[in-house]
Amino acid sequence: MSGTNETMVIAWILAVPFTAAFLIILAARIHENLREAVTLVTAVTLAVLVWGLIPDLLAGERPHLFAFGLMDGLDIKFTVEPLGMMFAALASGLWIINSIYSIGYMRGNKEKNQTRFYACFALALSATMGIAFAGNLLTLFLFYEILTLSTYPLVAHKGDAKTVASARIYLGVLLTTSIGLFLPAMIWTYQTAGTLDFTAGGILAGKLDGPAVGLLLGLFVFGIGKAAVMPVHRWLPAAMVAPTPVSALLHAVAVVKAGVFSITKIIVYIFGIDFLFETPESGWLLYAAAFTIITASFVALRQTNIKRLLAYSTIAQLSYVIMAAAILKPLAEIGAAIHMVAHAFGKITLFFAAGAIYVASKKTEINQLYGIGRRMPWTMTAFTIGALSMIGVPPTAGFVSKWFILGGAFEAGNYVAIATIIISTVLNAAYFLPIIFMAWFGTESKQLSANDHGEAPLLAVAALTITAFLTIAFFAFNGPLIELERQVVTGLE
Amino acid sequence: MDIESHLPILQVIIPLLFSPLVVLLQPRGLAWVATTAVCILSFAIAINMAILVLGGQTLEYELGGWQPPFGIALRIDAISSLLLLIVTGAATAAVLGCRESLNQQIESHRQPLFFAAWLLLLAGLVGMVVTADAFNIFVFMEISSLAGYILIAGGPDRRALLAVFKYLIMGTIGATFYLIGVGLVYMMTGTLNLDDMARLLPGVADQTTIPFAAAFITVGLALKAAMFPLHVWLPNAYTHAPHAVTVFMAACGTKVAVYVLLRFDFVVFQSADLYHGLQFSLFLMPFALLGIVVASAVAMFEGQIKRMLAFSSVAQVGYILLGASLLTQDGLTASFAHMFNHALAKSTLFLSIACLGMRFMDLRIDQLSGAAKSMPFTAAAFLIGGLSLIGVPGTAGFISKWLLIEALMEQGEQGLLMVGIVLLSSLMAVVYIWRTVEVLYFRTPVQQDTTQQGSEVVLSEAPALMVGVTLLMAALNIVFGVMPDVPLSLAEAAAEILSGARQ
Repeated sequence: MSGTNETMVIAWILAVPFTAAFLIILAARIHENLREAVTLVTAVTLAVLVWGLIPDLLAGERPHLFAFGLMDGLDIKFTVEPLGMMFAALASGLWIINSIYSIGYMRGNKEKNQTRFYACFALALSATMGIAFAGNLLTLFLFYEILTLSTYPLVAHKGDAKTVASARIYLGVLLTTSIGLFLPAMIWTYQTAGTLDFTAGGILAGKLDGPAVGLLLGLFVFGIGKAAVMPVHRWLPAAMVAPTPVSALLHAVAVVKAGVFSITKIIVYIFGIDFLFETPESGWLLYAAAFTIITASFVALRQTNIKRLLAYSTIAQLSYVIMAAAILKPLAEIGAAIHMVAHAFGKITLFFAAGAIYVASKKTEINQLYGIGRRMPWTMTAFTIGALSMIGVPPTAGFVSKWFILGGAFEAGNYVAIATIIISTVLNAAYFLPIIFMAWFGTESKQLSANDHGEAPLLAVAALTITAFLTIAFFAFNGPLIELERQVVTGLE
Repeated sequence: MDIESHLPILQVIIPLLFSPLVVLLQPRGLAWVATTAVCILSFAIAINMAILVLGGQTLEYELGGWQPPFGIALRIDAISSLLLLIVTGAATAAVLGCRESLNQQIESHRQPLFFAAWLLLLAGLVGMVVTADAFNIFVFMEISSLAGYILIAGGPDRRALLAVFKYLIMGTIGATFYLIGVGLVYMMTGTLNLDDMARLLPGVADQTTIPFAAAFITVGLALKAAMFPLHVWLPNAYTHAPHAVTVFMAACGTKVAVYVLLRFDFVVFQSADLYHGLQFSLFLMPFALLGIVVASAVAMFEGQIKRMLAFSSVAQVGYILLGASLLTQDGLTASFAHMFNHALAKSTLFLSIACLGMRFMDLRIDQLSGAAKSMPFTAAAFLIGGLSLIGVPGTAGFISKWLLIEALMEQGEQGLLMVGIVLLSSLMAVVYIWRTVEVLYFRTPVQQDTTQQGSEVVLSEAPALMVGVTLLMAALNIVFGVMPDVPLSLAEAAAEILSGARQ
C-alpha cells in the first residue's frame, strides 16, 4: 500500500534541497556559518527522507507521485523503484560527507562565491533526486537538463578565461548530445510505443525491430552524454577545473551516475533486457563500452595531473556499468547497479584525497607526490584504499561489483566482456600502483617541497576517512543492496 | 444587449478611440498611464474572449447590424483568440515593463505622440486579427505599419531612420502585393468577406487569375512576416527601435502577418483546393528551413545583442512556417503553440534587454561584461528567456519544440531530415544564448560603463517596475512550460479549424 504518506515523502525529497538553495542565499546574508548549517541540515534531512523509504521498498512497495500532466499522455511523475532508490540513497548519503568536506576545502582554499557554490550544489542534488525517482523518460529528461544547467556554475566556479572555456565544453557537450540525440530518441520512442513510462519488461518489445533498435539505442547512449561513453566523454576531463568537492560528488557520483543510471534504466525499463538480448543489432553497445574502458585506461596511463587521471579512470569505470548492463543477464544487471555504488565510494575517496593534497600543499601533478604519504598519512591511506577499490582488490567495494559483472559475463558466455575486465584491471593497476608506491616509498625532492605542509584541514580529512571506511565496509556489508537490486531483475528471470 | 456580445468590436475600438485622446495628455507621465490602462483593458477583453472561445463559442459580430456578405463582419475563433492574447499581452508587458526605458529614450514632450502611435499599432494589429474581411485586413495592416514606422524611428538612435526607411519600402511592397491579390480575388468573386470568398472561389477555380492572386497574397504577407529571405528589413528595425517597441513588435508583429497568411491559404484558397501543396510544401517549406538554419547561424556571429535576437526571430518565424507547411493538424498545432511560446520567450528577452539598456549605453555583447553582478534579476530573466528559446524542458519553448519534432517525425524519412535541421538550429540557439550568458555572468565588468549622460555611475539593478514585469514574464515562461493547457488547447482548436477547412 503506497499511501499518501510515501507520496508526500517523494515531494519533500524534491522540495527540500530545492528550497535549501534559496535558504542558503538568504542565510549567507546573515553569517557564513549559518549558510553552512543550512547545507548540513538539508543534507541530513534529505538522507533521512530518502533512506526512510528503503524499508517500504524492501517490502515490495513502489511509492509514486503524480505531479502534473504536460501534454496528453505525457506526465511529470515519480516512481520509487530499486534502481532509483539506490542512486538516490547513494547521492543523498554522500552529500552529507561531501558537505563536511566542502566546508573544509572551500574555507581552506579561501574560495570566492561560496554562496553560489552551495546554492547550486543544493539545486544539483534536487535535480539528482528528480532523475533517480523519475517515473517516465520525460521527467528524467527534465531533471537531466536541470542537472546540467545547475552544475554549470559549479564547473565555471573560478571564473577565469580558462575555466569558463572548459565549462563551455562541459555545457556544450552535455546540451548538444541531450538536445541533438536524447530528445529525438525520446520522441521516437513516444511515437512508437505511445508512452514513455518506465515499465518492467520494457515498452518497445514487438514495436520496433532490426537496425532501428540499434539506432535508437545509439541515440540514447550517446544522447546521454553524462555517461561519457566515447566519443562523448570530453566534458568530463573538462569539468575537472571545478573545485574538488564538485568533482568528488558530482563528477564521480551524481552527474556521471545519472548518466549510467539513465542508460541502465532505459535498457531495463524502456527496451527490456530480454527484447534487447534477442535483437542482435543492439550488440554494438557492449563493444562501444569495452572500447571506452580500454581506451580511457590507456589515456589515464599518460596523465600527469591527478584530477585528470581520476577523470579518465571515471570514464572507464562508467563504461563498466554500461558494459555490465549490455551483457543483458540478470547477474550482470545487478553488477551494474552495485558497481555504481562501489565505484562511488572509491572514486569520491580518491577525489577527496586529491583535493586534500591540493588544499594542504597546492600540488596537482602526479610527479609532485614523492614521499607525500609521510606528510599526509591519513589522506594517502584513504587514497590507497580508493585506488585498490578501483583495481578491484579485496577487501574493497570494487571487488564485489567485479564479481557480479564477471558472473554475468560467464553466464552469457561473453568472452569480450571477460577479456575487457581482465585487461582493464591490469591497466588500472598500472596507473594507480606507481602513485601509491611513490607516495609511500619515494623521497621528496627538495625544490618541490618548498612549502612545508602537514595534513589537510580536519573536516576534509574526516570526510575522506569516512568514505575510505565505507569502501572497505561495503565489501562486508552489501547484503541489503544486493537484495534490493535483485528485485529489479526478478521479474525478468 | 450585454457587453459580452460587443467584445469583438470593443477590442479594436478602444485603442483606436483612445489614440487621439492620448495626444492631449501633455502632463508628464499621464500619457503613459492612459496607454497602460488601455493596453490592460484590451488584454482583459482578449482574456475574456479567450475564455468564451475555450468554452466552445465562436464570437461573431456584424458591424452596424449588416449581414456578413454585405457588411463588415468580425469573428473571434480559436485562432484569432490566441493571436489577440499574444498581441494585447505583448503590448501590455511592453508598456508596463518599459516605463523608465521609455522615459529614458523618448523626450517627455514627444511622449504623447509616441503613445498615440503605440495605440494605433495595437489597434491595427488587433484589427487585422478580429476582422473577417479581406479589405479590412489591408486597412488595419496599413494602420499598424504606419504606426510601426513612427514607433521604430521614435527613439534616440538616428540609425533607426535608415532602418525604418528600408522597412517602409519593403512593408509597402508587401502591403501592395497583398492588395493586388485581394483585388484579383474581388474581381473574380465580387466579395471581400473571407468566408464568402471561400464559398465562391471553387466556381472560378479554373481561372489563372486565382493562382496569381494567391501568389501575390502569399509573397506580400511573407514579406510582412519577415520570412527568409524577405526578412532584410527586420534586423535593423528591431535593433535601432526603442527597446519598448522592440519588445512589442518582436513578440507579435510578424506573427499577425503569419496569421493572415494561414487564414488565406488554409481557408480562402483551400476551399478551391488550389495549388496548396505547391504553395506550402514547395514554396514556403524550403524557405522556412533555410531561414531556420541561416538566421540562426547569423545570430551566432552577431555582436550586438538586439540584432542577435532579431535574427533569432527570423529563425523562429521559420519554425512557425515549417509547422504549418506540413499541412497536418499536428504541424499546425505546433505552429500555433510556437507563436504563443516564442512571443513569451522573445518578450522576456527583449524586456531584460530594456533593463540592461537602462544601465548600458552600448548593447554590444562584449560590453555587457559582468552585468549579472550588478543586475542579477535582469540576468536571470535573460537566462530563463534564453532557455525557453533554446527549448530546454520545463520552459514554454520545450512544448512547442516537442510538438514540432513530433509533427515532423510523422512525415517519415523526409521528416527526419527536417528534425535534424530543427535540432541543429536549437543547438545554434544554445551557442548564441550561451555566448551572452557567459559574458553576463563570468566576465569581469568593463570599466567605462556609463549611463546615457556619460557620467560615471555605480551600476545597479534596473528600476523595480521594469525588473518586476521582466521577472513576471520570465516566470510565465516556466508556468506555461509546466502547465501548457490553455495555450495548447487554443492551439489545438486553431489547428482543427484550419485543417477542418481543408476537408
